[in-house]
Amino acid sequence: MTQYLLALHNIAGEAVEPMSDEEMKHSWAQVSALNEELQSSGAWVFGGALHGPDTATVVKVSDGEVMTTDGPFAESKEHLGGFYVIEAEDLDAALAWASKATAAVGKPIEVRPFRDGRGA
Amino acid sequence: MREPGTASKLEAAEIGRIFREESGRSVAALIRAFGDIDLAEDSVQEAFALALRRWPSDGLPPNPGGWITTTARNRAIDRLRREARRRELQSETAVLSPDDHDLDVPEEVGRMEDDRLRLIFTCCHPALSTEAQVALTLRLLGGLSTEEVARAFLVTEPAMAQRLARAKRKIKAARIPYRVPEAHELPARLRPVLAVVYLVYNAGLTSVSEPGLCSEAIRLARILTTLMPDEPEVAGLLALLLLTESRRASRTRPDGSLVLLGEQDRRRWDRALIDEGQTIVRRCLRRNQPGAYQLQAAINAVHADAASIQQTDWSQIVALYDQLLTCAPTPVVALNRAVAIGEVHGAAAALALVEELQLSDYHPFHATRADLLRRLGRESEAAVAYERAAAMAPTEAERDFLRLGGRASR
Repeated sequence: MTQYLLALHNIAGEAVEPMSDEEMKHSWAQVSALNEELQSSGAWVFGGALHGPDTATVVKVSDGEVMTTDGPFAESKEHLGGFYVIEAEDLDAALAWASKATAAVGKPIEVRPFRDGRGA
Repeated sequence: MREPGTASKLEAAEIGRIFREESGRSVAALIRAFGDIDLAEDSVQEAFALALRRWPSDGLPPNPGGWITTTARNRAIDRLRREARRRELQSETAVLSPDDHDLDVPEEVGRMEDDRLRLIFTCCHPALSTEAQVALTLRLLGGLSTEEVARAFLVTEPAMAQRLARAKRKIKAARIPYRVPEAHELPARLRPVLAVVYLVYNAGLTSVSEPGLCSEAIRLARILTTLMPDEPEVAGLLALLLLTESRRASRTRPDGSLVLLGEQDRRRWDRALIDEGQTIVRRCLRRNQPGAYQLQAAINAVHADAASIQQTDWSQIVALYDQLLTCAPTPVVALNRAVAIGEVHGAAAALALVEELQLSDYHPFHATRADLLRRLGRESEAAVAYERAAAMAPTEAERDFLRLGGRASR
């Protein structure tokens, strides 16, 4: 088994058409159904949705000193909106979960293997 | 004692040919046995080096493919043992060495076909870029050297080596599976496999340096039809390649310039390839599960039947394009359909269809438009369209041809 990160990407400025209450409810129901399925199948490791990049803080070492700065690490239109960490047999199994996730949230999902997986 | 005869005069080139023929099978079998592409590749390469040293004096073994697989397998086991031993010495603790049971690679030949099928689906996994799919397929399944693959796609050998290494790293790290897709996944997973083979063929068709890619693609398509005899599109692809190949010798002049279908010397078309292609097309028609490759093959089969461009059954071709357009509704198909309609209903009807297409980045669009305009006597518009087509054409031969107003220079 390998662990995979399923990263949900938001694109700033795109699709800001606010969801109707109806759509919101529908999406929320789909996400909860997916979470339940992930948990009952044993694939679930961890997951959650993040606050926006305007709530981010970056900490780094510069000249031996720890610096704290406001804002996200990279100035970019895309940012991480949320993620799952799952356990799957192989990439096809991970992609099958990612397909369900993208259908539920309507956002592209990036799938990446963890280095520590026993398979890699 | 062996008679000093043909067997002892095996040349390196002949051994190379046999190796290319057999290596895909061996690599595939070893990947299944050891689960490691690099180990499989390196061991098969070592077996080849050994064959080059031994076969010229010992003669060809009765089953060269089996010899390569067995030799490579033994090399792989040796290497794993050495590595286990080294790890043991380094850590100075008792580590589990791979026991012989695990390394006992089954030698059933029947499963090898399945291994090659697994291998092609791994090489053409949609998680890999098309470039990586093509390179892996030619390297691992086709047995081409990294240098040969690099030459075919006009990149340097180190760049190609890097592309291959990166793809293999992804297969390993992301655990791209080594298995044949389930029936319900097959249509989606077969698409890139067929596309890769078709792309290899077209690369051979357009590249002067590497015409060998055409035969390589046909060989890959033949392997696929052996592995998946019940997939109509696999048969369709092979038929399409065979029928296209039957005209390859007559589609260019010695200077490399193009000869249009209507101007080709049809006596030079390869009848054996046409017969084989048409037989497959007829079988596909009986099966009646049409797809894009089968329909393109059928269109080519109709051309192959005609003694000249005028005697071609164009209404049959239009009917096939109508069908093709429903299963592959792309502007390129629509353009080719318009050309066929031009032959049945005249240039004006065709031009009306062509003008509706959004294809200004595609040079055959301008070439087709130019040809239709000329046929309608609109010479100055035709000249502009020819110039646009020429400016975009990828090869010198095509540029020259189009600058001459789509007419042969001699």
